[in-house]
Amino acid sequence: MRITLKIWRQADAASDGAMHGYQLDEVSEDMSFLEMLDVLNEDLIARGEDPVAFDSDCREGICGMCGLMINGQAHGPDVTTTCQLHMRSFKDGDEIVIEPWRSNAFPVLKDLVVDRSSFDRVIQAGGFISVNTGAAPDAHAVPVPKDKADRAFDAATCIGCGACVAACPNGSASLFLGAKITHLGELPQGQAERDRRVVNMVGQHDHEGFGGCTNIGECTSSCPKEIPLDVISRLNWDLHAAMRHGH
Amino acid sequence: MTQVDNHPEHEPNDAEGYFVDGSPLIDKKQPTGPIAERWENRKFNARLAAPANRRNLSVIIVGTGLAGASAAATLGEAGYVVKSFCYQDSPRRAHSIAAQGGINAAKNYKGDGDSVHRLFYDTVKGGDYRSRESNVYRLAEISRNIIDQCVAQGVPFAREYGGLLDNRSFGGVQVSRTFYARGQTGQQLLIGAYQALERQVAAGTVETFTRHEMLEVIVVDGKARGIIARDMVTGEIETHLADVVVLASGGYGNVYFLSTNAMGCNVTATWRAHRKGAYMANPCYTQIHPTCIPVSGEHQSKLTLMSESLRNDGRIWVPKNREDCDKDPRDIPEEDRDYYLERIYPAFGNLVPRDIASRQAKNVCDEGRGVGPLVGDFRRGVYLDFAQAIERMGKEAVEEKYGNLFDMYARITGEDPYAVPMRIYPAVHYVMGGLWVDYDLSSTIPGLFVTGEANFSDHGANRLGASALMQGLGDGYFVLPNTVRDYLADGPFEKIDESHPAVVEARESVESRINTLLSINGDRTVDSFHRELGHIMWEYCGMERTAEGLRKAIDLIRGLREEFWRNVKVLGSAESLNQSLEKAGRVADFLELGELMCIDALHRKESCGGHFRAESQTEDGEALRNDEEYSYVGAWEFKGDEAQPVLHKEHLVYTAIEMKQRSYK
Ligand SMILES: Cc1cc2nc3c(=O)[nH]c(=O)nc-3n(C[C@H](O)[C@H](O)[C@H](O)COP(=O)(O)OP(=O)(O)OC[C@H]3O[C@@H](n4cnc5c(N)ncnc54)[C@H](O)[C@@H]3O)c2cc1C
Ligand code: SF4
Ligand code: FES
Repeated sequence: MRITLKIWRQADAASDGAMHGYQLDEVSEDMSFLEMLDVLNEDLIARGEDPVAFDSDCREGICGMCGLMINGQAHGPDVTTTCQLHMRSFKDGDEIVIEPWRSNAFPVLKDLVVDRSSFDRVIQAGGFISVNTGAAPDAHAVPVPKDKADRAFDAATCIGCGACVAACPNGSASLFLGAKITHLGELPQGQAERDRRVVNMVGQHDHEGFGGCTNIGECTSSCPKEIPLDVISRLNWDLHAAMRHGH
Repeated sequence: MTQVDNHPEHEPNDAEGYFVDGSPLIDKKQPTGPIAERWENRKFNARLAAPANRRNLSVIIVGTGLAGASAAATLGEAGYVVKSFCYQDSPRRAHSIAAQGGINAAKNYKGDGDSVHRLFYDTVKGGDYRSRESNVYRLAEISRNIIDQCVAQGVPFAREYGGLLDNRSFGGVQVSRTFYARGQTGQQLLIGAYQALERQVAAGTVETFTRHEMLEVIVVDGKARGIIARDMVTGEIETHLADVVVLASGGYGNVYFLSTNAMGCNVTATWRAHRKGAYMANPCYTQIHPTCIPVSGEHQSKLTLMSESLRNDGRIWVPKNREDCDKDPRDIPEEDRDYYLERIYPAFGNLVPRDIASRQAKNVCDEGRGVGPLVGDFRRGVYLDFAQAIERMGKEAVEEKYGNLFDMYARITGEDPYAVPMRIYPAVHYVMGGLWVDYDLSSTIPGLFVTGEANFSDHGANRLGASALMQGLGDGYFVLPNTVRDYLADGPFEKIDESHPAVVEARESVESRINTLLSINGDRTVDSFHRELGHIMWEYCGMERTAEGLRKAIDLIRGLREEFWRNVKVLGSAESLNQSLEKAGRVADFLELGELMCIDALHRKESCGGHFRAESQTEDGEALRNDEEYSYVGAWEFKGDEAQPVLHKEHLVYTAIEMKQRSYK
């Protein structure tokens, strides 16, 4: 396949960026999207040009490290991670526009690489259960009803990729946040800190510069793990409950 | 056990001329006494550091996988000053995240006869009697606490309707002891450890350094006292000093270029330590996983594993005749198919252990009966066929059981596995070798501890499914915190600062290496070297090894390394985010490790677990171990770039278990 690429190039956080055009003539449809970029980079290096920086690690759709805006869509046209997108989703002659995640809370570091450490700080604000090592009771001491366990699991599958933020016109991280609140809030172990958790995490979310949620739903439709929109309702519900309890 | 030496004297070792024999290695921390009491005794005898002193004691942990994150969280809780490093943008992304199958624990929740002793027994046997029995026993013992800890953290393991945890049996084991979270056990366990770690960050006991790559260990007066790391965004070379350094930097399977490991997995942290005096043990032990999606073309960057559970219902075959290999498999009649595992191993069939399934797949492809696209002039694939399962169970039942794996396969290959048989091929998956550690997880450099896949200790020559996660968490939550405190009880330690000659030396060596890499300006990319090295390793030090092939590989690697330092092309500057530079440093280390792996494989003239020496097989082609000569850990000492490595042998003694030959016929 012949593919034309338009890629955002930016030397570092302080520089201005711009779109650059590239041409690839022999793209095989079996390549993953990132392998296509690997090929581009090998070409660029051979010509003495700086290769395009982008993030990836597992290339298996699970670590959440990769993430590109492809033709204006977070992770591209399929509901999956960028590393699991394959070139057979494109046609001979296509032009593909590639940009980094767009969000004030994810500053660009270079080319397509952004800084998502704000997510870690949101977790630091309360996205955990406080239990010291060695202090745990036997795992069977507290049964968890299967429906609750399954719901907690569904929410826990969030890989922290940031696509929801990049896709949201408001740059809100409510889906990411709601996923963690739901995961821990469904479990008996997560109850003791439930009020405090939601208040602190929401506070940190706002402090990081993520936008507010107006229920547009772009987040869930671009989420590679299909985290459902109702985790945001759960987030709001928990937040109101915590306020009522005087937090 | 009395040792009988019935082998001819002075039989030259295949690796003669490649290494030097050294003094025997003895693990001075190895406990004695009844095996069930050894760990309790060690914990009791390990000295304590008073809570008030802990604020003055500092620990550096490189790696935030299950091994590193669990250790950092636990040492942080204890009150030590902890610095945690990883090369990803968040600790949550460490490679442990990719583990699918599950984690073992001797809980015996199913009442099916499991016990600590049975888990211990299975693990030692599965590792072909090349691991240390005290370590493995401890692992089995603490496996139970791991599950309790993870559940308390909110890890959403699979549950039954009654609300209790579910288990499955895994990897041919006869009891149900594997805890799992759908197909993403590693992800869920790591999130648990990551959250515990972030909790400590909030509490101020742990400081995290993401997008930082450790490039050197600082050794002062024979003791590890810190690391040199590069901030991968600004390029700044930083010095971090501490009283103890822990390496939890994962495995080096990426020496093969194509593997199921994440792209960034590397050997740099452990290799740099090796060059500074830490012994590297059993580097040639590599685990090859039989059910991966085959290579599709020259541009492939990595391989994807599919859960072994597929072998429970799928049947594996290739055409009997080479001429049929490019036909649509559905047009090949039953009588022209060779269900080779069922033919050779009627008792176990498609469920033979990983090493055997992998080797037989290679054999049929080497015979020219592989299927799938030609890559080069070779077809590397065998069919994993669900047609009969679909007939027997119905499509819906197959979908229910394996749906997500089928979807993943379809996404990657573009083929519908419900209609056409899937294709699989073995791939490198895990390494059992790593830095040598004693029972306390200390390397041969005092103050340098090594945990998780980065050490060599618990899996012998072959790792059983679901036991790497157990080891990572067991080491980090329960072992290391106890043994590190014994070391730290010697504190407070003499203060050193950045002007200390050992610090300056470490820093300068990192800087000069980076400058060299950037100044060569040759005409080959880093990736092209990595691919070539991977090819050599896979061909000659992969599923099957011969003396001749290994010698050839050593020559090829030496030539490639020479060319690398003359002809590699690394663009850009040191003072910025530079992914080619990162890769170049890692590949340079792989080029040295690769040679040592081949020497280790060459000197071990026996077949065991993941190490199949063609010269050592039974009449019917099975691995033949040689316990009289080789029941030792081979630990290598680095003596300089021009010098031959020195081999130190740690003899393995079994008192609680009897050595037996494995057989699956
Ligand atoms: C696809 C796949 C499936 C698997 N499935 C299972 C399974 O079902 N059950 C099982 O028990 N095991 C499984 N394994 C094996 C298991 O996942 C690993 O052995 C284990 O997770 C390793 O954990 P670790 O903490 O030692 O290292 P890792 O998780 O690899 O972590 C390494 C850490 O070190 C850091 N690091 C490395 N080098 C440097 C450096 N130079 N500077 C700074 N930081 C550095 C990385 O950033 C990372 O944080 C699987 C492996 C693979 C590849
Ligand atoms: S909610 Fe979905 S899109 Fe958002 S970070 Fe998690 S996995 Fe990514
Ligand atoms: S690289 Fe890990 S999810 Fe894409």
